[in-house]
Amino acid sequence: MGEGTGKYIIIAGAGKVGWNLARELIEKGHEVTVIEDNRNRYTAVEQELEHNIQYGDASELWVLERAGISRADMVIAVTGDDEDNMLICQVAKEKYLVDRIIARVNNPRNRPHFELLGIKPYVSATDLILRLLEHEVPEYGLVHLLDLPEERLEIIEMLLADDSRVAGKRVGDLNMPEGSLLISILREGQGGFVPTPDTVLEAGDEVLAVLDPGLEEELKSFFGSDGAGAG
Amino acid sequence: MFVLIVGCGRVGSSVARTMLREGHEVSCLDEDPEAHARLEVNLDRSWEDTGGQFTVGTGLEEEALTAAGIERADAFIASTDGDNTNIVIAQIAKRKFNVPTVIARILDPLRAEWYEKQGVNTICPTRVAIEMLEKEVLEAAGDGTGAGSASGAGTPTS
Repeated sequence: MGEGTGKYIIIAGAGKVGWNLARELIEKGHEVTVIEDNRNRYTAVEQELEHNIQYGDASELWVLERAGISRADMVIAVTGDDEDNMLICQVAKEKYLVDRIIARVNNPRNRPHFELLGIKPYVSATDLILRLLEHEVPEYGLVHLLDLPEERLEIIEMLLADDSRVAGKRVGDLNMPEGSLLISILREGQGGFVPTPDTVLEAGDEVLAVLDPGLEEELKSFFGSDGAGAG
Repeated sequence: MFVLIVGCGRVGSSVARTMLREGHEVSCLDEDPEAHARLEVNLDRSWEDTGGQFTVGTGLEEEALTAAGIERADAFIASTDGDNTNIVIAQIAKRKFNVPTVIARILDPLRAEWYEKQGVNTICPTRVAIEMLEKEVLEAAGDGTGAGSASGAGTPTS
C-alpha cells in the first residue's frame, strides 16, 4: 500500500532467518512487522528493529490482526515450528486473503503437508543445503537443477562415471526413457554444448536432461554404471 | 466403529477408555511412550489386554498414522496439546485419508471459530469454560436473565 513499490510484509518468527530477512526488507524500503512470541528473543531484536517488531504468538488471529494483516501484501512464516508456519500461512491466505505467502519448512518430511494445505511456495533449508552438497560433490549422483512442479518438468544434471553404460555411445543411439530429453553436455575443456545425434558420450561428461517428475530413478540407472552407483 | 485418537493426554486418554468401554475399537497415537500409562488409569488389566492399541509417534508422520490404523479409521480425534498441530493433523486425516468423522480439539476460541467455519469439526473447551463462568458470574450478580452470551447453554435454575 502507498509509497512507490514498498510493500507491507509481516514476518512470523524473529529467529536468525526472520531477523535478517526483516533487516534486508527494511533496507530495501519495505514496511515490515516481525512477530515473535519468545520474550527474550523479542527484547533482543527489539533493540534494533524497534517498532518493526511486535510481541505475540503469530498463530493467534488477534495478534495477526493487531499487526495489520488485512493490509499486508505478503506474509512470511519462518518460525521453528512447521505446524505454526502452516497455520499462519493458511489463515493469511484463506481468511485474510493475503496475496503472497512464503513458508519455511523446518523438517523436510513435512513438505507433503504444506502441499496438502495448498501452502506454497515453501523453503526448506535442508533441501537447499542438500542440493548444494549434490552440486559440490557430483559423485553424489543426480543433481536437481530446477523443479517446475506446476509445469510438471524437472531439469537434472548427472556425471557419467567411468563405468557408465552410455559412455562411448552415440546420442542418436541412446533411446532415452520416454518423458526425458538430453539437452546439454558439460565436458572438461569444451564447456557446455548442445549434443547432436552424432555426439559420442564420454565418461566424465556431465549431462543435463529435462524430464517428467518421477523419472529420476530410471534416468539414474540409464546413465549409471552397470551395478548401480551411490544413492 | 474404529476410533483413532492422536494425543493421549487427560482428554485423549479419557475419551479412549470410554470408547473402548462402549465396545468400539480404539487406537491411540502419542509421541511420548509414557502416555501409555495414562491409558491404564483405573483399568484392572493392561490397555492392550482390554483391547486397545497404542502407537508411539506423531500425527505428522504418515508411517505412524498408518501404523496406528488411520486407513481404516471411522473417526479421528486430534487432541494433542498443540492447537496448530491439531488443526493440521485434522486436515491431513480428512483430506488425505478421507476419515469420515474428524474432530479437532482447539483451545483458542478464535482459531476454533474460524476453522469450524472452514468445515473442520472443532471442540473448544475454552469456549465452554468461558460460557459456564460467564453464566455463573452473571447469575451471582443477579443478572442471569439472558442478557449475556448468545450461545446459551441456558439450563434454567430455580
